[in-house]
Parts: sequence; structure tokens; C-alpha cells
Amino acid sequence: MSRKLVSSLALLAAGTSATIALGHPAKNAGAISGHVTFTGTPPKMRPIDMAKEPSCAKQHATPIMTESVVAGPDNALANVVVYISAGDKSAGPATEAVRYDQKGCEYVPHVAVLQVGQPLEIYNNDQTSHNIHPLAKVNPEWNKSQPPGAPPIKASYTKPEFIAVKCNVHPWMHGNFAVLTTPHHALTGQDGTFSLDGLPPGKYTVTAWHERFGTQTQDVTVGGAKPATADFVMKATPY
Amino acid sequence: MSRILLGAWVAGFALLLSGVEVLAAQGQTVTRVGNLTGNAAAGKQDYRRYCVGCHGPAGDGTGENAPWIDPKPRDFTAAVFKCRSTPTGSLPTDDDLYQSVSRGFVTTNMPPWLALTRQTRVDLVAYIKTFSPKWQTERPGTPIAIPAETPATPESILHGRQLFQKMECWKCHGAAGHGDGPSASTLTDSKDNPIRPYNFASGSRFKCGETNQDLYRIFMTGLDGTPMPSFSDQIRPGDAWDLVHFLRTMQPLPTHELAVWNAWLPAHAGQLKPLGPVEGQ
Repeated sequence: MSRKLVSSLALLAAGTSATIALGHPAKNAGAISGHVTFTGTPPKMRPIDMAKEPSCAKQHATPIMTESVVAGPDNALANVVVYISAGDKSAGPATEAVRYDQKGCEYVPHVAVLQVGQPLEIYNNDQTSHNIHPLAKVNPEWNKSQPPGAPPIKASYTKPEFIAVKCNVHPWMHGNFAVLTTPHHALTGQDGTFSLDGLPPGKYTVTAWHERFGTQTQDVTVGGAKPATADFVMKATPY
Repeated sequence: MSRILLGAWVAGFALLLSGVEVLAAQGQTVTRVGNLTGNAAAGKQDYRRYCVGCHGPAGDGTGENAPWIDPKPRDFTAAVFKCRSTPTGSLPTDDDLYQSVSRGFVTTNMPPWLALTRQTRVDLVAYIKTFSPKWQTERPGTPIAIPAETPATPESILHGRQLFQKMECWKCHGAAGHGDGPSASTLTDSKDNPIRPYNFASGSRFKCGETNQDLYRIFMTGLDGTPMPSFSDQIRPGDAWDLVHFLRTMQPLPTHELAVWNAWLPAHAGQLKPLGPVEGQ
């Protein structure tokens, strides 16, 4: 008992001293940060006509746009899942549920990023029925109805996969589930930046995935003199 | 010396265990319907004779006839099936597949194969399960429980009608069940092929059977690979029978439900709210 205590204290001390040793430049030590942009011409996003679903149409003062490519200033690319695809030694899925909302006949967020085995909760905030139809191929493909006011649909996946999600009742609704094995993942926003934190020193492979522009990988070493960075440039195609 | 002997014993025991494991793994893919056991090798011969023209040699639904067929032949490599007694997202039972082969799919190019012996049909089921590795790694789902049918009273039909409205069945199937709801024209299956919702006014059998139990099963388990979702999380078992009873009144068939409804309706038609989109929503 006391030996356990002593060793955990020693570990704690080692951890603290490591943090101190990394010291000054170390705001991003143990992290990989970067920026995702694109070159070329991306497809034009179009306004969505929700006339067939008035309860949703009236929630949007101006029609919302399709979201398969969301670009920010200076060709920054949003909705890119960046994650550690090799070198990650941390084990066990996160236990807190990932929330996925249907609101105004739109999926929020556009991409739900979760780990294998991590619980997923899908909410219907609308005054209309949705059917949630994740088009899984490696994992089971299921399709469930969720009327207004119904409790959240709970799900989880056992294998890593990028799964397109649709609602057949509202054909403009498209989203994604990114099911990963690693807890180290990020989703880029409008500025295209990301940061993967809490990484022990070591060699990693970082993968960036976008639903239209595919995947790219880079090998990155954490723990060198310089903070680890990985910038990705996706090649945009108009179709 | 004795240590070596012990090692040999342990190794032998491990071998025995792994042998048991192999048998168990094979046990998962044994195909059984009633008292018959499927033989995939025999099924392959029959498949090459009867099924390959549409479903293709690789079982992926791209046989030589496939380009001219709508709906498309089933792709067995995906292991996603419409007609199941099991929850959405799970594999069907052997019996589900056997019933599908036997019954065929009305209004499609898949005929009933009742002319084949029962053993041949079970062999075919065993063979089509070799096209996807899912049959090795997953077990079929547990069939949903279906309680005894409740009486088809006017109250039951009326409640079913409310469920039809609340669950928004009309979005695809239309307010009168003609398969012409606001979302009908944009529906696609999971392979992006256009697909039509069932038209109750056609009076045809359902693809997944013709009894009230079949109808119950269809909307509770959903038709995987199509836009038809599962309602088993949303409709309670007793209420599901009410919906069955109402759906029967939409078919131009001499059913008990339609007779009950037609007897009740003339005196009460004024009380009914119209089905379909609600004003102001």
C-alpha cells in the first residue's frame, strides 16, 4: 500500500519536473498544431430550399448553404478531421457522450468526431420527424425514426470508419460521423486551424480527412526543440 | 523431465482449446432452417444456375441482367437486408433469408423460388452468407417480440390514424397512402438509386410478406438499405397494432379492418382531422 503511494508520488514528481524542464517555449510542447487550407477551385455551395419543411424554413432568416465544403478566409478549410493515425499509445475510449444535434433541419456539428466504443447521442430539436440514417459499410447500417420530442437516440460504433449520415425525409441533410481509435483528434473551424494536445514525446502520423477532398498524412515528431506543426494543403476539385 | 511433460500437457490442452474455438467459429456460420442444415458448396451450384444472372458471380448484385432491373438485385457483399425479423442494423436470421428466397419480392424481378426444394433454398441461404465477412464476425440479431394482435376496433384504427400523422408516415407515403408524400420524389436507397415508397392504394402484397404480423414487423424493424426507418424505439408494441389496423384501411382489399372502418366512418367523418401537413407549421 505504502509502496504504491510512494511510487505514484515519484511519478507525480517526475511529471512535474518534466513540465518544468520543458519550461518556457513549452506552451505547445506535447502538441501538434497546424492549419488546413486548399488550392484550386472548390465546388460552389448552394442555398438550401426548405420550402417542403416550413417548420425548419422559418428558423432561418436567410437560407442556409450546403456544407460539403466550408471555406474560411485565405482558403482556410473547415470541417477537416485531424487525428493521430499511428504512434498513439493511449488506450481506452472516452466515456463522455458526443452530442449530435438536428436543428433547423441541419446537422450540428456537420461532423461528429468520436472514438470506437464512445457513446453518441443524437437529438431532434425540430418540430418535424427526422430519420437518422448513417450509411455505414464496415459497421452496421441502421436507420431510425425520431419524431419531435423523442428522447435522444443512443449509439456507438465498434470499428473505425468515416460514415456519411443522411435524413431521407429531408434530402438536403448531410453529415458525417468520424469514428476513430485515437482520443487525439480535432475538427477545424472556419480558420482551418487545429491543435492535438496532450501528446507524449514520440513519432506520430497525423491524418487529415475531408469529406470531399480526401485524406492526407504527415509524419511528425513531438518533443524536439521546436513545437511540432503539421500544415495540410488539400487539392480542391469543383465536382 | 516432469516439467517437459507438464509443458506438453499444457500445449496439448491449448491445442484442444483452439480446436474448440475453431468449431465454435464454424458454428456461427452454420445455416439452419427448421430441421434442415444448409450446405454452402451445394448452394454454390444452385446459385450459379438460378441466381447468378442478376446477383452476379461475386454476389455483389451486378449480374448480366442487373443494368435492366429496377429495383436493383441485392448486393450480398454489403450484408444489408430489407426483410428482417431482427432490429435495424443487425443481420437477419437464416429463416428471414429463407423466407425472402421462398417468397420472392413482389413488384420486383425477384420471383418466388417455391419450386425449388426446401433443402435447395436452405443451401442457397448458406451460400449467400459466404459473400460477406460479417457473417463470420457478427451474429444475427434477436427477432423483435410481437405481442398477440389486439382487436381491430374503430378506436384502435383511429389511434393508428393519429400515429400515422404523428410519426409523419405521410411525408413519404402520402396523406392517403398513395406513396406521393412531399419527400417521396427525392428518396434514394443506400446505393443512391431512386426508390419509391409503398403505395397502399395499389393493394399489392408487401415486399416482406402479406400478414398483419409482417406489416407490424416491417415498420418496427425498418427496411435496412432503404429510406424506411425503424420505429421500434418510437412506437410501443400495443400501439403498433393500432397502426397496423389503420394501414389496412388504406388498402382497397376486403379486410376485416376496412369493414370495421367503413361501418364506423359515415357517422363520424366530420370529427376527423385531415392527415398531412398541419397549417401554420
